[in-house]
Amino acid sequence: MNINATLIGQSIAFFVFVWFVMKYVWPPIINALNERKEKIAEGLAAADRGQKEQVLAQERATEVIKQAKAEAAGIISQAEKRRNEIIEDAKTAAVEEGERLKSSAQAEIEQEIQRAKEALRVQVASIAIAGAERIVSKEIDSSVHEKTLDDLVAQI
Amino acid sequence: MASEGLTSAGYIKHHLQNLTLGFHPENGLSFAESAEQAKEMGFWAIHLDSMFWSLFLGFVFYWVFRKVAKSITSGVPGGLQNFAEAIVEFVDESVRGSFTAKNDYVAPLALTIFLWVFLMNFMDLLPVDWLPMLAQAIGAAFGADPHHVYFKVVPSTDPNVTFGLALGVFWLMLYYSFKIKGAGGFFGELAFQPFGKVGMPVNLVLEGVALISKPVSLALRLFGNMYAGETIFILIALMYSAGWAMGLFGGVLQLGWAIFHILIITLQAFIFMTLTIVYMDMAHQEHH
Repeated sequence: MNINATLIGQSIAFFVFVWFVMKYVWPPIINALNERKEKIAEGLAAADRGQKEQVLAQERATEVIKQAKAEAAGIISQAEKRRNEIIEDAKTAAVEEGERLKSSAQAEIEQEIQRAKEALRVQVASIAIAGAERIVSKEIDSSVHEKTLDDLVAQI
Repeated sequence: MASEGLTSAGYIKHHLQNLTLGFHPENGLSFAESAEQAKEMGFWAIHLDSMFWSLFLGFVFYWVFRKVAKSITSGVPGGLQNFAEAIVEFVDESVRGSFTAKNDYVAPLALTIFLWVFLMNFMDLLPVDWLPMLAQAIGAAFGADPHHVYFKVVPSTDPNVTFGLALGVFWLMLYYSFKIKGAGGFFGELAFQPFGKVGMPVNLVLEGVALISKPVSLALRLFGNMYAGETIFILIALMYSAGWAMGLFGGVLQLGWAIFHILIITLQAFIFMTLTIVYMDMAHQEHH
């Protein structure tokens, strides 16, 4: 229980330990702690940013989808219009073609009729001549009455 | 557990005597064989047990924390690092709370004091006879009379140790007072308040006492608490020699006192640290 040189020894030991701790122990530990604090803060900030970005991305995505839908609707309506046009065109083309076919057929029929008429006329004339020949076989000289007969044929 | 042939008073005295090495007027350089001899050695003697345990525990603390500091990572901490970090953070927080000036020296100082004092106090929890008996056996092996081999294992029950620490803090207080405030400022702080320039002598006495009382109270508070606790442990240990019933009762008491003492040793270490921080803060504060 006496006060003696232990006092001095303890004081010296105190300064030595404090100096060593200050030099070699405290700085690395406290630096690591601060570094970790920073890292955590950075991590939290990054998470925050990520969340904001996600919200933005979601908004952008909805925008894109809306646009795509609008575009698709436009394309569909255009296609419908085009379809109707094509159908309409086809209809008119068909009508025209029919019309053309009809008229050409009519013309052909007309021609046929004419040709038949001509043939009939010739045949009727020849039949008439034959009949007349037979009736007036001797009396009529075909060479003399040729002109008259031609006139007759032309009249029929 | 008192050694045979020793009275209770002798047992207690034996436990409260340090292993003192010094120059005895008659025996020369020797270990003191009694309290009287230790007294006769005067100031230039040293308590080997106190110094050994104090240095040993200081090294244990330094070694553990140096190990952590070497392998420290700001990533995921391991077990030991976690433990060290928790303490460092706690001390850092305390310093931030009470120390307002800027000085990187104070936090390591607080950490050293807290853990060193804690470890020195912690020796109190070891059964009072273990290490002294071991020391006696070793002493006997070297041919010494075991009854005269003294061994005190709790450094903070040695006033030399607590005063040594407190004086260390005191020198630092004085150093920073002079450094921050200058000699004039420091003197002014002592001389010109609380009663102004007219009451200078009274001021000097008041402030001088206040200044001196800081290290004294710091040292005596720790010493008193630990010495009282140690004495109670010794008294409880005496019961082991008084029959099995008393021994059993003593065992229960020792357990209870030890559990309560866990609180005391931590609290005393914390108080020592906190007061050191506060005193350092006062040394850094400039009065206008």
